[in-house]
Amino acid sequence: MDAWEELVTSALLGTDRRPPALPKTVAGDAPVALLDAAALHTVRRRAGLRPGPAAPAPEPAPADTRRPLPEPARHRLAQLLAGRAAAAPSGGRRGAAPDLAELLPQWLAAAGDHGYKAPASALPALLDAARARTDLRPQALALAGPRGLWLARLNPEWKFALRGAGGSSALPYPRDGEAVRALWEEGLFAERVALLASVRTEDPAAALELLRSTWTAERAEDRLMFLDSLRAGLSGADEEFLEAALSDRSRNVRSTAAELLSALPDSALAGRMARRASSCVSLDRTKGAETVVVEAPHECDEAMQRDGLVPTPPAGRGERSWWLGQLVESAPLSCWQARFGGRAPEEIVALPVADDWQGELHAAWCRAAVRQRDAGWSRALLGAPAAPPATGPGIASLAERAKLLSTLPDEERARWVASFIAAHGLSEAFQLLGVCTVPWAEPLGGAVIDALDIAREAGSYPWSFSGVMGLAERCLSPDAAPQLESLTALPAEPEDASPGAGSYWSEAFQRLVSTLRLRATMRAELAG
Amino acid sequence: MDTQGVRWTADQVLALAPDDASRRAGSKLGTAGPWSSTGGSGEGAVWGLCRGSGSTPYRTVVDITGPAYSCSCPSRKFPCKHALGLLLLRAADGADIGGGDAPDWAEQWLEGRRKRAEGVRARKADGSGRAGTADPEAARRRAERRAARITAGAEELEHRLADLLRGGLASAEQSGYGLWEETAARMVDAQAPGLAGRVRDLGAIPGSGPGWPVRLLEECALTHLLDRAWLSVDRLPGPLAATVRTRVGLPAPPQGAAVRDQWLVLAQYDSTDGKLTTRRIWLYGRETGLTALLLSFGAMGRAPELGLPVGVMVDAALTPHAGAGALRAELGELFSAPTPFDAPPRGGTVGDALTAYGLALREDPWLDSWPVTLADVVPIPTDHGWQLADAAPVAGGGEALPLSGPALGRPGLWRLAALSGGGPVTVFGECGHRGFTPLAAWSADAPGETVPLH
Repeated sequence: MDAWEELVTSALLGTDRRPPALPKTVAGDAPVALLDAAALHTVRRRAGLRPGPAAPAPEPAPADTRRPLPEPARHRLAQLLAGRAAAAPSGGRRGAAPDLAELLPQWLAAAGDHGYKAPASALPALLDAARARTDLRPQALALAGPRGLWLARLNPEWKFALRGAGGSSALPYPRDGEAVRALWEEGLFAERVALLASVRTEDPAAALELLRSTWTAERAEDRLMFLDSLRAGLSGADEEFLEAALSDRSRNVRSTAAELLSALPDSALAGRMARRASSCVSLDRTKGAETVVVEAPHECDEAMQRDGLVPTPPAGRGERSWWLGQLVESAPLSCWQARFGGRAPEEIVALPVADDWQGELHAAWCRAAVRQRDAGWSRALLGAPAAPPATGPGIASLAERAKLLSTLPDEERARWVASFIAAHGLSEAFQLLGVCTVPWAEPLGGAVIDALDIAREAGSYPWSFSGVMGLAERCLSPDAAPQLESLTALPAEPEDASPGAGSYWSEAFQRLVSTLRLRATMRAELAG
Repeated sequence: MDTQGVRWTADQVLALAPDDASRRAGSKLGTAGPWSSTGGSGEGAVWGLCRGSGSTPYRTVVDITGPAYSCSCPSRKFPCKHALGLLLLRAADGADIGGGDAPDWAEQWLEGRRKRAEGVRARKADGSGRAGTADPEAARRRAERRAARITAGAEELEHRLADLLRGGLASAEQSGYGLWEETAARMVDAQAPGLAGRVRDLGAIPGSGPGWPVRLLEECALTHLLDRAWLSVDRLPGPLAATVRTRVGLPAPPQGAAVRDQWLVLAQYDSTDGKLTTRRIWLYGRETGLTALLLSFGAMGRAPELGLPVGVMVDAALTPHAGAGALRAELGELFSAPTPFDAPPRGGTVGDALTAYGLALREDPWLDSWPVTLADVVPIPTDHGWQLADAAPVAGGGEALPLSGPALGRPGLWRLAALSGGGPVTVFGECGHRGFTPLAAWSADAPGETVPLH
């Protein structure tokens, strides 16, 4: 035992029980002698501290050759990340200042488009932000780049970054056959999914070949995920493989294969579905005006089930209408033109349908139009934007309209929603706005501003428009700011207005204007 | 001077915020929206009107040479969110801040500051320094009475330490915190806040994990050393006596000649014990090579008034305090607004850092750490936390310093790792027997960008 350890032992047990082997001090007291000696030891030890051996250094982060952010943009990022933690006040008053957390995704996307790399010191905050908000992940990780991934490997809290999109930077070059093969055979599931997606983008046939090579040995849930990745770049070349998957052991795999096949209008499955669906729907010319007559299937036979039809309906739905819906949904839309004497989609949709089948039939056509990305049919099913929602051509919900809209070209989409808002106001437009491209093209922006102005003049509180307001802050073109300036003024309150509504509106418009200006500034900063 | 040239960055402005809530609120006000009639002068003043919830906008004016703030808002925070917002606006959208003459309300405040500054200068030139004490005899008697009470306190503490050692430290774990709390209160009564603080720290050691008896013995021994030193303070050499007085808790007024230099603001951080917020600002003199510590205090949830943006350089005169390693100083006159600097302090190896700490212990054996800059070190994760290792290993293997426990729990650790990316960086921090606490870092490719790590 060395001298220090003896002191510690004596101190721990007490000098009465274990007197230290020390010369007595002037005070003649064992505790004092012990403290004196310990003080000497402590100061000597601290003064004589030596460095320890260095542990093996981590592999340095791979170089990131992208451009650094311009100085003002770098400070903007720091500000956005600092403002990120601020919780959005729930409901009610949000003040006149922009909501920085809502601008972060847009900033990240724009910075990514410019091809910048994130400043190293911002990486931890960026990874934290991506951890908290999954919607930020792809863009935050792209900006963070290889150094972000390097850092994420050191902190378990950031391991999300190593999965999925973030991990894909470690993937081999898709045309490097040997490396691809090695990772496909030995990689983790997530790596393999990412690999398949990256090969699929580069060379759809090679991806299919890769999948085919191990298909029978994969687990059912893996087969389902892999199959799903064929959605990208789907073509007639995939039909044979998908057709075989219709006999898969797993029902989910079978139905996914059937769904993919039905999106290929020339596939054999689509043909089979077209025949089945056509036999159920026909045109009756006997009753004067031509009418669509529906005769729902009477059974769901094995062949139909093999083609992906689910025989048992969900609770509350009749079997026969359930089967009909699935048939029509899976049949290529092109078959109806032949069935109805060469009519265009608009004309077909306008035909009366007998016996209350219209809702069922049109809803199935909507699903088919979305699945087949058919703009012509979507247009027909959406109808005129100004038509009252209740009398539209069999549209069940705004969610379905939004899906149909998403198949239209950007500009047409914006025009359609603008007319819808002009006719019906904002209260039902929220979902439709969500599928429009950002920044909103004219006349959509103008229509939203006009509608907000009308709502303000009606004298109600702005709360019920806070969703649209928030969208407008993110999606309106910054060029609209001057047009909005006049709306920030405090209006004279009409007699029947809700008390104080005017000042809340003024505040909301202030926030909108300052957010648009901030977005313009951010854009300029990133342009450098 | 061109105000554009001394524009602070958003990070530097946010570092002035008294707390997180102000930081967020200030961030929101850092855009043109709520502001009107903004302007700035070449001398470093900025003003503006900020629209709040009321009908009259708040009048905010900042003198960035202070920095000093004035705002008509009712907030007790300092600087308030409006001042932060105004500085952020200036940091981000400099073009939006106009020039021109200050409005009356801003000019009045600025004029008042100028007059006060002149008054201080005049008094200094007068040679009297601070206002003369009314009755030197009464002051001497007060000082004697206080010294006597501290002596009584030190003697009592000695008895308690001796009793503890007689009965054994093992009993300290059972007796709990109450005994220490009571002893600390006795030291407060004895007007020895330095001793009281040490006793409170002693009380926290038994619950501090493996190896606590060793740490407790070390700290008891150093407390004993301070007691003994105080009891014979009259016989100690002058500098050591001054150190003992400050360690016990007696105020040491700044004295001696002011040192004018280009001071780099390396780090600023706050700590709080619930009642008092202590702000530490580390400065490094580019010409003199001196490191100085500015302390500023804020009572009851108020942020300390002094704040300097990290990462800038100020042309200023500092007056050192006596004792305790002669690091602490008082900020005197600022001769210009802060400017950016292009290179961190020159640093040494990890071995140099420990040597510097060891040497400083000769002047002040109670030092927990010493400010040092490490050049070309790599942060390395190990099984027991992180270390900083010399990037250029000497013969016989590389040398490294462990990071201190508190440093391991801070977000700054990850900023340090990110900045390094596995390569060498320059790091400023406090080096001591508990390890190294990094406070600021610079990468080789951006030596002018100070990354705060606290």
